[in-house]
Amino acid sequence: MERSVSIGRIPTGRLGMWLLVVGELIIFGGLIACYLLYRLRYPEWEEAASHTNMLLGAINTFVLLTSSYTVVLAHKAAIHENVSKARTFLLITILLGLVFLGIKVVEYSEKIAAGYTIAGPSLFWSFYYTATGLHALHVIVGMIALFVIRQQIRSGPYLHRVELGALYWHMVDIIWIFLFPLFYIAK
Amino acid sequence: MHKEQQSFIRKYIFSTDHKVIGFQYTIVGLFMALVGGYLAYVFRYNLAFPGESIPFFGDALDPKTYNGFVTYHGAIMFFWVAMPILLAGFGNLLIPLMVGTDDMAFPTVNMLSFWIFFLSTVVLLISLFLPSGPFDGGWTIYPPLSADGYHVKPSFPASIATGGTLFLLALALEFTSMIMGGINFIVTTIAKRTQGMTLFRLPIFVWFQNIAALIFMVSVGPVVAGAVMLLLDRTVGTGFFDPARGGDPILWQHLFWFFGHPEVYVILLPALGIIGEIIPTFSRKPLFGYRMMIYLVLVAAFLSVIVWAHHQFVAGIDPRMGTFFSVGTILISVPFAGVILSLIATMFQGKIRFTTAMCFATGMVAAFLVGGLTGIFLGSDVFDIYAHDTYFVVAHFHYTVFPIAILASLAGIYYWFPKFTGKQLNETLGKIHFWLTFIFFNLFAFPLFFLGLAGQHRRIANYEVFDYLAQEPFTTLRVIATIGVIGIWIAQFVFLWNLIKTLRSKEVAERNPWNATTLEWAADSPPPHGNWQTPPVVYRWAYEYSPENQTKDFIPQYVQE
Repeated sequence: MERSVSIGRIPTGRLGMWLLVVGELIIFGGLIACYLLYRLRYPEWEEAASHTNMLLGAINTFVLLTSSYTVVLAHKAAIHENVSKARTFLLITILLGLVFLGIKVVEYSEKIAAGYTIAGPSLFWSFYYTATGLHALHVIVGMIALFVIRQQIRSGPYLHRVELGALYWHMVDIIWIFLFPLFYIAK
Repeated sequence: MHKEQQSFIRKYIFSTDHKVIGFQYTIVGLFMALVGGYLAYVFRYNLAFPGESIPFFGDALDPKTYNGFVTYHGAIMFFWVAMPILLAGFGNLLIPLMVGTDDMAFPTVNMLSFWIFFLSTVVLLISLFLPSGPFDGGWTIYPPLSADGYHVKPSFPASIATGGTLFLLALALEFTSMIMGGINFIVTTIAKRTQGMTLFRLPIFVWFQNIAALIFMVSVGPVVAGAVMLLLDRTVGTGFFDPARGGDPILWQHLFWFFGHPEVYVILLPALGIIGEIIPTFSRKPLFGYRMMIYLVLVAAFLSVIVWAHHQFVAGIDPRMGTFFSVGTILISVPFAGVILSLIATMFQGKIRFTTAMCFATGMVAAFLVGGLTGIFLGSDVFDIYAHDTYFVVAHFHYTVFPIAILASLAGIYYWFPKFTGKQLNETLGKIHFWLTFIFFNLFAFPLFFLGLAGQHRRIANYEVFDYLAQEPFTTLRVIATIGVIGIWIAQFVFLWNLIKTLRSKEVAERNPWNATTLEWAADSPPPHGNWQTPPVVYRWAYEYSPENQTKDFIPQYVQE
C-alpha cells in the first residue's frame, strides 16, 4: 500500500520541521531567559561583556545573514527544479557556515588566551561559551543536514527537502540574531 | 510494498512499523517497572524493618544507597515507565490505527526515537552500577547537591563517569527521544487522518495524546537548557547553580518545575485518554461531554505551565508569588474535575460490564480522585508550608502517579491486548490481578497520609533516629505500607502468569471482542504491517453507543449505516 492513503493537506515534512524549530527555540529561549535574569541581577557583568569582540561578532552576523539569503536561493532553485543551481547555492551556504565557525574559533582562542574560559572568571563567560557553543553546535548540525540534502537531491525525488534544510538553517540564523546583541552589543 | 519478506532484524529489532515500536517501548517500560518496583520494595523493607537484612537483596541499606534507590525509583517510574508505556507505547500502537493510516508520519524518525530511548535506558542502568555509587540527589536533581554537593568532585575527564553526570545524560537522551516522538504524533494526527476523519471525530485518546505531546514540547525546552548547564557545572567547572560563584540553585528549581509540573499532565492525559475509551465501551453509552472535555483539557494545558512554583513554596520565593501560584494551582482542579465528572457521567445509567479493563479504569478514576483532592490541599501555600517534604506529599503523588502509570496502563493492556496479539487475557485471573493490585495499593499509600500529617519527613533512611517517629503507631503504619508494596508485587505475578498462559494458548480473539466503535477494531488482530487492505472511511464520531431506533447497540465509525 502506498503513501497516498493519507489525505493530508499539509506536507508532513514541513509540519514536522516547524515543530522541531519550535522545540529548539524553546530550549534556547530557556537559556536566554536564564542569562537575562542573571544579567539584570548583576550589572557588573557590563565589564565582562565589554571584552567580547563586537567586530568579529558583527562580521559573523553578516556572514550568517548572507548564508540565509543563499539558502533561500537554493530553495527557489529547488522550486524551479533546477538541481544543479540548488546544489551550488547549498554549497555556498555550507561554506559560509564554515566561515562562521572559523571566525568563532579565532574568537574563542583570543578569549581563552586572555584568560576568559567557560569556568570564569565571571559567570558571564559561562553563559557566553554555553550559548554561543550550543549555537555553533547547531550550525554544525545544519551544515551536515544541508550536505546530506545536497547529496540526496543529486539523484532521487528529494527536492522538497531543500525547503526543510532551509527552515532549519533560518532557525540557526534567528537564534544568532538574538545572541549577537545580548552578548556582543549590550555592554 | 509491505508484502516483501523482511529479515528478523528489520522486522522485530530495527523496525519502522509503529506497532513493533509501540511494543518495544512498552516492553522496555514494563521491564523498567520491575526495576523501579524492586528498588521500592528494597527501601520500603528497609523503612519498615530498619537495620535488618533485606530478603532478595542483602544487608540493610546505608543512607547513601537508600538515597540513590529513592532517586532512581522516582526517575524510573516517571521517565522510564510512565512516559514509554503511556505516551510512546500506547501512542505508537494506537494513533495511526485510530486515525486510519498505515504508519506514523516519519517511520524512520520513529525508529530512531526508540533507539535513543533505549540508549538512555542503558546509560541510566550503567549509572546505577558505577563503583562510585549511583546518583543520590533525588529525582528532582536539586543543586547544589546535584552540582557537586558533598562528594569529592573529580576533575574533568573523570567527572563524566559519575552517577550524576550519566543520570543527567540519560535524562537528556530520554527527553530528545520523547520530543521526536511527540512531533511524530502531532504530524500524524494533523496530516495523515483518513477520509472522513475530522478533528472532532477523533477518539478522545488521540486528542489527549496530542495535547500531552504539545505540553511536553512547550515545557521541556528550558529544563533541557538547564540540564546542559548542570552538566557543565558537574564536568567543566562552571557555576551556573553554585551560590559561591554567583550562580543560583533556585534557578534550577524553576527550570525543573516549569517542566516537572506539566510533565504530570503529560502522563495523566494519555491515561485519561485510555480511560475515556474504555468507559464508554463498557457502559454502552456515548462519551459524555466529548467536546467540552477537549476544551477543558486545553485550558488545563495552558494553566499547567504557569503553576510550577507551587513546588517551591518553602524555597524562599516571594509570598505574593505564592498567592499567585496557589490560586493557579487550585484553578487547575476545575477543568480536571470537569473531565473526571464527565467520565463518571458517562457511566451514569449505562449498561455497565465490569470486565477487567473496566475494573482498572474505574479503579483508576477512584484512586486518582484521592490524589487530585489532596492536590488541592497541597496547592494552597498555607497548608503546603506545613506538609512540604513530608509523607503527605508522598502519599498525594502516589495516589496520582500510581493510578496513572500502573492502573491506567494495565487497563489499556487488558483492553487492547486482543487487538495487538490476537489473544484475549483471562478475565478471572485479570480480576484477581485487579483486586490484589488495588487493595494492596491502598494499603501501601493510605497510611502515608497519616505518617505525613504526623510530621514524618521524606528521604530519611532510618526513622529510629527520631524518638517521636520511632514509636507506635508510626512503626506499625510503616510496616503496613511495606506489606502493601509486597502485596502489589505478588499481584503482578498473577498478571505474569496470565500473560504466559494467554500467549501460549491457541484460542484466537475476535476482531472486535468488546463491540467498540473506534477504527482500530476494524483492522485484523494483530494488524499487519501497513494496517489495512483498503484504508477505512469514517462516517461518524467515535462514540455511537446505544443509538436510538437501532437494533444494534453500537455503530462503529467505519460503518456507513
